[in-house]
Amino acid sequence: MTKTITDVICPFCGTLCDDIEVTVSDDGKKILEVFNACAIGNEKFHHAMAKDRPVRPRMQQADGTYKEVSYDEAVEYTAQMLANAKKPLMYGWSSTNCEAQSIGHEIAEAVGAVVDNTAAVCHGTTLIAVQDVGIPSCTLGEIKNRADRILFWGCNPAHAHPRHMSRYSIFPRGFFTGKGSQSRKLIVVDPRHSDTSKLADVYYQVEQGRDYELLQAFRTALKGEWLPDVVAGIPKERIYEGAELMKSGRFGIIFFGMGVTQTLGKNHNIDAAISLTKDLNEYTKFSIMPMRGHYNVTGSGEVLAWQFGFPYSVDLSRGYARYNPGDTSSIDLLIRGEVDSVFTIASDPGAHFPISAVKRIASLPSVAVDPHITPTTEVSKLHVPVAFVGIEVGGNAYRMDNVPIDTRKVVDPPEGVLTDEQFLERVLIRVKELKGVKA
Amino acid sequence: MPKITLNLISGRTIQQGVAIEAGKEKPSYREACGIIEIDPVDFKQLGAWRNTNVRVTSAYGHVIVKAVEATQGPHPGIAFIPMGPWANQVVNPRTYSTGMPTFKGTPIEVEPAPSEEVLDGIRVVQEAVRGAKV
Repeated sequence: MTKTITDVICPFCGTLCDDIEVTVSDDGKKILEVFNACAIGNEKFHHAMAKDRPVRPRMQQADGTYKEVSYDEAVEYTAQMLANAKKPLMYGWSSTNCEAQSIGHEIAEAVGAVVDNTAAVCHGTTLIAVQDVGIPSCTLGEIKNRADRILFWGCNPAHAHPRHMSRYSIFPRGFFTGKGSQSRKLIVVDPRHSDTSKLADVYYQVEQGRDYELLQAFRTALKGEWLPDVVAGIPKERIYEGAELMKSGRFGIIFFGMGVTQTLGKNHNIDAAISLTKDLNEYTKFSIMPMRGHYNVTGSGEVLAWQFGFPYSVDLSRGYARYNPGDTSSIDLLIRGEVDSVFTIASDPGAHFPISAVKRIASLPSVAVDPHITPTTEVSKLHVPVAFVGIEVGGNAYRMDNVPIDTRKVVDPPEGVLTDEQFLERVLIRVKELKGVKA
Repeated sequence: MPKITLNLISGRTIQQGVAIEAGKEKPSYREACGIIEIDPVDFKQLGAWRNTNVRVTSAYGHVIVKAVEATQGPHPGIAFIPMGPWANQVVNPRTYSTGMPTFKGTPIEVEPAPSEEVLDGIRVVQEAVRGAKV
């Protein structure tokens, strides 16, 4: 007899869908079917069952090939590497649970490391903007029940957060949005005519890199002030119309993504978007929310912030926490050659950092902790495979609207495979011994 | 062979998301992300068939990818490579003191390279870092 586990949390994107159903075999060891998940979530659950998945740590040999080693050897190598480094970088944390992040930070404190999460290549600039101008936000539940003006600016949830629109932002029938998508007006701003924009009531094909200008033009239009004939490729009449459409709603929300955070202007684009939200509150209720990518990148920011006061790029090398993106951020540190070992966990900088930063990772003592084989694990000196959080071990994660949700375990990990927490705990004990810190 | 200048952006696609969860060492990752999406107008200027391999060059590096027609267009003048190791060979790594590289808006040159091979996701990184020194 198979068994169906309900209310499983999907550990892929920041939408953190909590309605997944998973059918497992009688002995609880195999995932047979996954219901309700999107294509990506479905693939993630099934990949945990892959036969070719590595189940023991692998050490790089002189010829570039990898040889299996024991977890004991892996713990020793990792602890020695971190304890002997002057300024190690501990990067990632976004695809693991808050419990593991907390243990990792304890290690970082003991060895004087720089701790950074994937916000570095994602919503890091958003965090800078939030520190500059604040953020009027809300939860996804409020959006489902109340929002009648939805803006997607520089984000493409049809591809990146596939169930976001059906669960929260466009299609669901909420308390005050009883007609679902009929109750809402969707505005999309993107330089590409994306699959999300094809659903839009109003679409603005902004000139790439001109988001700042268009955001400020909307602020100007709200006040009925003068605009040039064309801003960022959009005729002024359309900007005035858009401003009126936003004003006329009862509750609006701006979702924004990499289109604004990674484009030139960076944090200043978000400053302008948040300021637009603030201005709109003169006329109606408006909120703004970043479309966070990894399922627990928000959690990593939360845990770092409550432990050290800063949400990413935290430098502990002087014995106290310093934060100065551009100076203490991973990519800058790597490119400038200011770290002497790299520990990555629950992320893949090998695939997602510019190649000049990856070259540095490959040239340094390096450990990659990840259930998958990735470009990072294949250029690091040691790869430590671990259990999938949210599939083989539970733990806490934060949704993109800062709501904490406990993920659930559905199957056991392969025999002998450690979880992130177990591995980090063992490294912590050994690091404390090496550093002479009392346990 | 003609060479055209475009503005490169990178980003997620659902095929990229599925491929990374299926395994980055698998051919599906290369099929999903070792591509460049080009507008039909720009294809005409490039003078190449759809699904031809092309060499993409920027001030920061070069990479071989397969040129395909834009799936989310039209966007003349803009080229799109899904986020991943292929895009990251050529993106602008400068952060301008924000910690964030400039993944969107890198000027690139594209030229047909039909006899060159698109490397898989692991090899494209391994080859690029080979010989890197501390």
